[in-house]
Order: sequence, then structure tokens, then C-alpha cells
Amino acid sequence: MNQSSIRGKQSKVNGFFRHLLLSWAVPAVATIVWQLSTHPPEIFARVLPHAEWLSLVNRSASLAQTFPGPSQIYAAGGHLWKTGELLSAIEISSQRASLGFLVGGSVGFALGLFNGLFSFAETMLDSSIQMLRNIPHLALIPIIILWFGIDEPAKVLLVAIGVFFPIYLNTFHGIRSIDPALREMASVYGLKSWSLFWNVILPGAMPSILVGIRFALGLMWLTLIVAETIDADSGIGYITNNAREFMQTDVVLMGILLYALLGKLADASVRLLERILLSWQPAYQR
Amino acid sequence: MAASVPALNRGATGAAASHTDHIIIEGIHKSFGSEQVLRGIDLTIAQGQFVALVGKSGCGKSTLLRLIAGLDSPTEGRVLIDGELLKNQNTGARVMFQDARLLPWKRVLDNVGLGRPGNWRQEASKALLDVGLTGRERDWPAVLSGGQRQRVALARALVSRPRLLLLDEPLGALDALTRIEMQRLIERLWRERGFTVLLITHDVEEAVTLADRVILIDQGKISLDEIVNIPRPRQRNSAHFGDLSEKILESVLGKESKPLDD
Repeated sequence: MNQSSIRGKQSKVNGFFRHLLLSWAVPAVATIVWQLSTHPPEIFARVLPHAEWLSLVNRSASLAQTFPGPSQIYAAGGHLWKTGELLSAIEISSQRASLGFLVGGSVGFALGLFNGLFSFAETMLDSSIQMLRNIPHLALIPIIILWFGIDEPAKVLLVAIGVFFPIYLNTFHGIRSIDPALREMASVYGLKSWSLFWNVILPGAMPSILVGIRFALGLMWLTLIVAETIDADSGIGYITNNAREFMQTDVVLMGILLYALLGKLADASVRLLERILLSWQPAYQR
Repeated sequence: MAASVPALNRGATGAAASHTDHIIIEGIHKSFGSEQVLRGIDLTIAQGQFVALVGKSGCGKSTLLRLIAGLDSPTEGRVLIDGELLKNQNTGARVMFQDARLLPWKRVLDNVGLGRPGNWRQEASKALLDVGLTGRERDWPAVLSGGQRQRVALARALVSRPRLLLLDEPLGALDALTRIEMQRLIERLWRERGFTVLLITHDVEEAVTLADRVILIDQGKISLDEIVNIPRPRQRNSAHFGDLSEKILESVLGKESKPLDD
């Protein structure tokens, strides 16, 4: 390995860390300011006049009641972790989310393929689906509760409905937007049915399908939060809702942050998937 | 001269001569809606002949190529390949388009081997060697230059050893230097393998450089069918070359010598 390639590697690593540092700078600064304003450190007592320090402590204490600081939230989370409630809540919420995603996603994908590949299917089904799409899926909550009660199937179904549309639409659109010139070329080279699908149609539609999956994952958590907040006897939504009744603001905020974290995790996993499946795109070649 | 021309002797140094008729086109008409694109084409192309089709944009030359590829069917008349009526796709033919049409999600080698059965990697590597792209097997099409993409497309077209190569202005978008390189490459491979070539081009000099026979299509009919009797490799600066190019160009432009409107 020569000198310049080592330097190249080094600058690549540096670039990665700089990117990481920069992208986390804003949340890090926000957290520090938040912590300082809710829990002023003792060191301020030495530099500030006594009266000022007392009023600062008073103000931050009342702020911490309505808006607990990071250390309080961390403590609340730590407590729930020790009792095991937190882990089981994460497990059950993730289970609901992924089951709903799997059901809604596979139906959406299958219908998207079907309508994208066969124009008679599009004629028959697409306008009906477009009609249903205009109903906000959260508006279905009352009827779903009436039909399925408040048990697991109701939540999973709601998530599935939320996830269905973005995946259906983007799969369908992805297939329809494949360059007809490529299809023609494929037919000159003797590609038919299965090999045409596998070599041309599916990879051609993949960028759009992945966009659909990303949208769907956002909707997945959103729908689950709503479903769990309305009625649940377990899961993250149950914990936060319960905490609300006991005025435990720190636990509520912990639940909200947990949703943010899980959402980010889901998004990161799709990004990874994009990096693998779309490695042919110039944007991913570095 | 608009009638069919029988199989003619090949250029003095062409590939192994063969006297069988590869393609016979009889009374072809093609309309799209009310627009008549081809109005009575009769043409016979001998096995191994290099034929160039020239003409203004919209004269119907691309349509003729698509009919021979079996991508479209004629409104009237018929296409015979080796004496047999062409009904569906012409499986012995490969088409190269103006754009390379590589699958962007497949690496170069996989693009070359597209649709090939069985153990195709070896023949695909060999085809890349033939077009001078060894070492680029693992590249994505996106990183290649325009000329390299057309080389990959040529390798892909030739990997199945087709008997007929249909070239729909494949060099039109390339820069002058790359273009000459590609012309030489196509000529060399044609001379080595002896397949039949039908080349569509806007460039009369390109037609005269490469082809045994130049056919001019004007308003859906053949208006000139010229044998190019210049020994290969052809020198563009020879008098014969210049005269012939001039003659064909004049015919393309028409008697009134209007400027090209494309």
C-alpha cells in the first residue's frame, strides 16, 4: 500500500467522524442546554450571588416539574428497566409494529406488483384503492374497536392499513416507471416472464419500493402510538398513558424519546438496505 | 433504382462470400394510424453482407429495422428470414440502439451475459475481450463513458453469436474519435465472424466507410441502392470514396439541395 492510499483511507475515516460529529452536534447541544436549565450545577452557586442562585434553583425546579431534564428521564427509564417493564413494553410494541408492517407491507407489495404488471388488474382495482386511500386510516379506529375490540388484532390491523398504502403506491409506481426502452431491449435478448421480472422489473422498481418502505415505517410507528395511546394494557403507549394519569412527566417524556429512537432505528435499517440493494446507483458509489 | 437488388458480389476483401439470401423483404407497407411510414419496400440482403441504411429523420429507416428485428409487424407485405416467414421476434438477430440500454443495476459482465443460458460467464468474458474491455467486468454501467457503454452493448449483442446484427444509429451520440474506434471495431468483428449487418446512420461517410452497399430511404421508399466497391481498409481521402460520398449525400439532400431539417 502506498503513501497516498493510506492518506486517502485516513481522510475517509476522518470524513466519517466529522460527519458523525456534525450530525449529532445539534441534539447534543440541545441536551446539554436542557440539562443545565433544569438542573443547574453546584458550581454556579460559587460564581453567582446567593440570592440569584436561589432564584435560579427555584425557577429550574419548577421547570423540571413540567419539563423534566435528561438526567430525570434517564433515571425514570433506569427504574423501569430494572423492574423489567421497559424491556417487555419495547418488545410488545415492536412486535405489534413489525407484525402490522409485515401484513400490510406484503399485501401492499403483492397488489402493487399485480396492478403494475397487469393492466387489467389496474383497471379493475386501482380506482377502488385510490378511493380507500383518501380515508385517513386513523379515522377507522372507532369501527376497528367495534369489530375487533381493543385486543392485539385491532392494533396490528390498524398498523397494517397504515403501512399498506405507501408500499402499494410506490411498488405500483416503481413498476410503471421502468424505462420502456429497457423492456424492449430485454425482449430482444429473449427475457420473458420470470427472468424479465427478476432481471429487469424488480430491480428497476426497487428504488421506488424502498422509498415506500421508508414512508411506511414512519406511518408504522405513528399508527402504533395512536393505537396504544387510545387503548392498551401493555406496550410503550400503555406506559406513557399510565404515567400521564399519575403525572409522571419524566416517564411520559421517556416514552416519547423511546418512540423517536425506535423510529430512527427503523429508518437507519432502511438506509442500510438501500446501500446494499441500490449499490449500483452513482449516489451510493463512494 | 427502387426495385429489389439480387444478392450481389461482396466487396473485394469482404468476409467469406456466401450466395444465400439471408433477408428477403417483399412489398412492405407500414402505417401508424393514418401515417404511412413505409410505402412498398422490396429488398434482398445476402448472408454476410454489410448494408447501410441512410435517409433523413423520419424517412422510415428505423421502422424497417424494427420490422426485420420482429419488434413490429408490417401492415402489408412480408419479411422472410432464411426463406422462412418472420412471425414473431427474430431470434437470430441482435439489436444495438443509439443509447446502450445497459441495465444499470447489473455489473458489466452480467449485462453482457443477459439472457444467456447455462455457463455464460466465460463467453461473456471472451466477448468483453473482443471489444477491448477486459478488466471492467465488475464495474457498474454508471461509471463507464459513452463509448465504453456502447462497447458493452456490442459485446452483449455478439455474445450469442447472432447471424444478424441490427445497428440503429449506435454511434450517433459518440464523439468523433470514439466513433472512428467503434467503426473499426465493428468492421473487424464483422470480418472475423461474417454475420450480416444492417446499419442505420445519418452519416454518409460512415456508411461508405463500412458498408458493402448503401441504401437510401426517402419518404418510405428506396430511392437509391448503391454498391460500394472500394477495397478495405478504406481510405477516406481517396477520390473514389469522396465521389461516392458526394453522390449519396446529394441524393439524401434531394435535387433541390435543401438544408437538412433535423
